[in-house]
Amino acid sequence: MMLSCKEVTELVSQRLDRRLDFGERLAVRVHFAICSGCSNFARQVEFLRRAVRHLGHEPDRP
Amino acid sequence: MQDFKALVEGQRAYLLRYARLQLRDPHAAEDVVQETLLAALSGRSGFAGRSNLRTWLTGILKHKIVDAIRRLSRESPLAGEEEDADFEALFDQRGHWSEMPAAWPGADSALEQKEFLIALEQCLACLPAKTAQAFMMREHLGLETAEICKELGVTPTHCWVLLYRARVALRRCLETNWFAT
Repeated sequence: MMLSCKEVTELVSQRLDRRLDFGERLAVRVHFAICSGCSNFARQVEFLRRAVRHLGHEPDRP
Repeated sequence: MQDFKALVEGQRAYLLRYARLQLRDPHAAEDVVQETLLAALSGRSGFAGRSNLRTWLTGILKHKIVDAIRRLSRESPLAGEEEDADFEALFDQRGHWSEMPAAWPGADSALEQKEFLIALEQCLACLPAKTAQAFMMREHLGLETAEICKELGVTPTHCWVLLYRARVALRRCLETNWFAT
């Protein structure tokens, strides 16, 4: 199953919200091996999750 | 009692900032904070030094925020969101990136910078209302998708679409306003 970058980014987002099935996980992994754009996208949406959790929890602002 | 009241009041500014991240309407944010402070004062026994005061208050506030979101989305359901032409331009007709995302060097150290968090808040403020709501419920309040769907009255598939759009839009906004500069 070859997925387009658009389809991969949708799965990359969904895997933060649900468990992907085996075929989906495999397709994403295969795609990452050949596409640095989607690998970067995945790292960045995970970073967004960490960043948003920081909001409102940082020390008081002066 | 007077001391406890002063301690609780001392957290008001923090709680308000937290509420404003979730509720765009400043009056609604004021209201949930007020409700939280009242609940805290009348339910003082629930605190009993079990946890940090701020953590305890934030826990109460989260419930009040979810109640408010439920109320607001019943009173004035957010309209379906318009298709964003910008969004469609991300990929070509075959679904390949129009512009490949590059790595973000130094992303983790950005988390320690106040300016970065301000830029992130500004990007959040640019999201369409319902998209932002779903995203903040998921990533900031930490709710499961099923619960978000229920509160916003949307299907799980729609919920995933909203979350996807939020992530894509935020990624682009931060890239433009922070990582590219």
